Amino acid sequence: MSAFFILIGFSILVAGTFLAAFLFSVKKGQFDDDYTPSIRMLFDEPEKTKATSTKSVKTITQTKK
Amino acid sequence: MAAFFKSVFINKTNSISVTCFHCGDICGDLIVSVDEHNFCCSGCKQVYLLLNENNLCNYYDLDKNPGLKAKGKFVSERYAYLDDEATIQKLIQFSSDEQVNVTFSIPQMHCSSCIYLLENLHRIEPGVKQSQVNFQQKEVFIIFNPKEASLRKVVELLAFIGYEPYISLKDTVTKKTSLFNRKQIYKIGVAGFCFSNIMMLSFPEYLSSGFIDEAGLKETFSWFIFGLSLPVLFFSSADIFVSAWKGLRQRFLNIDAPIALAIIVTFVRSYYEIITGTGAGYLDSGSGIVFFMLIGRWFQNKTYDSFSFDRDYLSYFPLGVTVVRNGAEKNIPVTKLEKSERIIIHNEEMIPADAVLMKGLANIDYSFVSGENAAVEKKKGELIYAGGKQIGSAIELEVIKEVSQSYITQLWNNDIFSNKKNEEKSFIHPWSKYFTYALFAIAIATVVFWYFTDAAKIFPAVTAVLIVACPCSLLLSATFTYGNMLRVFGRNKLYLKNASVIESLAKINTIVFDKTGTITQSHAAAVDYEGLPLSDHEKAIIRTISKQSSHPLSKVICNSIPESPEKLINLKEFQEFAGKGLQAVADNTYVKMGSSSFVKNNIPVFTQDTGTAVHVLMDNVHMGTYRVKNQYRMGLKEMISNLDRKGFGLYVLSGDNNLEKENLVNIFGINTNINFHQSPQQKLDYVKHLQKNNRQVLMLGDGLNDAGALMQSNVGIAVSENSAQFSPASDAILDGSKVSMLDKFISFARSGKTIVMASFILSILYNIVGLSFAVQGLLSPMVAAILMPASSISIVLFVSLYSSFIARKKGL
Repeated sequence: MSAFFILIGFSILVAGTFLAAFLFSVKKGQFDDDYTPSIRMLFDEPEKTKATSTKSVKTITQTKK
Repeated sequence: MAAFFKSVFINKTNSISVTCFHCGDICGDLIVSVDEHNFCCSGCKQVYLLLNENNLCNYYDLDKNPGLKAKGKFVSERYAYLDDEATIQKLIQFSSDEQVNVTFSIPQMHCSSCIYLLENLHRIEPGVKQSQVNFQQKEVFIIFNPKEASLRKVVELLAFIGYEPYISLKDTVTKKTSLFNRKQIYKIGVAGFCFSNIMMLSFPEYLSSGFIDEAGLKETFSWFIFGLSLPVLFFSSADIFVSAWKGLRQRFLNIDAPIALAIIVTFVRSYYEIITGTGAGYLDSGSGIVFFMLIGRWFQNKTYDSFSFDRDYLSYFPLGVTVVRNGAEKNIPVTKLEKSERIIIHNEEMIPADAVLMKGLANIDYSFVSGENAAVEKKKGELIYAGGKQIGSAIELEVIKEVSQSYITQLWNNDIFSNKKNEEKSFIHPWSKYFTYALFAIAIATVVFWYFTDAAKIFPAVTAVLIVACPCSLLLSATFTYGNMLRVFGRNKLYLKNASVIESLAKINTIVFDKTGTITQSHAAAVDYEGLPLSDHEKAIIRTISKQSSHPLSKVICNSIPESPEKLINLKEFQEFAGKGLQAVADNTYVKMGSSSFVKNNIPVFTQDTGTAVHVLMDNVHMGTYRVKNQYRMGLKEMISNLDRKGFGLYVLSGDNNLEKENLVNIFGINTNINFHQSPQQKLDYVKHLQKNNRQVLMLGDGLNDAGALMQSNVGIAVSENSAQFSPASDAILDGSKVSMLDKFISFARSGKTIVMASFILSILYNIVGLSFAVQGLLSPMVAAILMPASSISIVLFVSLYSSFIARKKGL
């Protein structure tokens, strides 16, 4: 049963670390805006293939000239 | 004016309205097409091309017509001041050789497309490294490389795509609010951490059926719990104590007083038990109370914010202004007016925002702002403040500050015009004062009762009693109900001065209608000219003169004459005589237009309007007469019969002659009292007379001629056709197109009282039920702590949803 002391002590330590992380992230301003990230995650990645394909088209027209 | 007129004409014949792909406005006769998309102007087209070039067309997929209309001629000199080092230093947050950080306020952003575009600026302008949007604060945080782009370039880019930043060189206040919110979150975090760990450590206590009797374990846990509870008591609940203490110092027990007492009682009692070893205390309960209360409050504030009824940037304000865009004049609602636009203010029109005089003779009447009736002359380049009224011929101004609707509403509510009939009443019910006293009385009674019956129950009963009682409805229901109703009215283009007008509107039993401009429409009236044929020059003169006036008849005549490409008419000594006519010297011709008596011998006659005949006199020669046929608003007859059925007394007061009597009887029925030839003073006396007979009078009129009567009536509604005529004498402004919905508005106002009463009863029921459980000791203090904020949130939700539901039922 004395193991309890060590276990409880350690668990409170771990929990305390999480609390510290939480307080740190609030201080850094991660929770200031809770609305925009929800919209932001729905945006698509910019299509890189389109850019390369237009480039190749351009080169073709240039050689034609 | 002509372009607008033409576009209306084209739309009618083709019956296809082409909307701009970028901004969604209806394209006029000028349609710009690119890639199978149509745009209303080259500005919108250019933004589209820019986005297309940089593969940002996702902008158009995220939201329909998300674009904001570009300003046409892009004057890049406008941002020259951003090249100045001192100015730059004031605006930016950080700067080094490689990086500059700056935050801009962009109030125009309104949808996900805006966020998308503003966060992809780096694809349009490579100098911008990164940009991040905070949508709720309407801000964008930009990091750019000063070697590749300058502050001015960034701002010009933003303005070009339609998101011009609002740059103010004063300190921003937004930083303070975010720090405040952070403190609240710290407190909640700490309270949550301590609460859950205390609960975990209390398990031995819960499960103590003999298993854990290793000496010292229980005690150690108790001391751990003791330690964990300290931050809760001293840090997390600090705000509650401070607020209760402040109230106490003012000899007033506010809502936080009983909660503070409950917390103190719990903690002190628990500490006593732990220290003396007589028990385990109730710290799990105590910290739970604090945690749930804090969460509840945080949630409450979020709910209040989303139901907030501040009339903001996008809400309807029934003021229109003539703006010059791309060289053409257009009438737009004042909310769409932007800084550095040119506006034209006609006679008797109000200046909606601080502006600088560019062209014309300004004679400004500031009575609306300061009460001073004497008009002040202003010269070119001088600043004219919002709220002033122009007397004289039209002037052109450049807007230097955005329209502040709250400022105009504030002026409206100004002391100068209140005659004490619709004062803002405090919404705190008189009973709330006694609430806390009653609560303490109940608490004391509970203590006494349990002391003699079963001492163990004292503690849970008392704390539960102190926490569960919620005076929320007393404070919240009226505010939120009327606030929501104001929003509903505003959505339906009835703009009330303040919430107490709703109560007055509910008591109305008599309605007085003005005729011209109120129940008649000025746009679609048919105009006939009889008399000597007019040359183009003479027609242009008549048009220029009538354009200066905002009287419905002047507008109609002005619209009936097509705009000529002739040179500008030189206009001097313009004067408008309310109810009689206009006079001016145009191109050295002395012109008079108006009622027959005005035109012929200028003897003041009591004819209110110029009747349906407007005579034209040029250099003392009677040229002819414009006859205007009245067109009545749609849906009027039905509304009148509804009102009649419900038992409202209906009256019509017209300054016109009685030629229209037949038409009016047709709409209003034979029983309605219709009076003609009413002067403004007679209208006022009539309303007084009705009020003497204990009638609650609602008057509908136009702001100019009926000001006195509007002020005298219990509720005065000024009917506006989107003009810049602002009438402070009224209690409400109604858009002309919605006049036929008057019966629905009154019925909705009446239901307001019902809603408040219903929420009141609901809250009393809640308190009775809650307290009855609490005094019996059946309610755990933790559950009480959850119930209290839950009840205030539910009252707010109930009141808002119920009023919205009733609005929909009534067709609003």
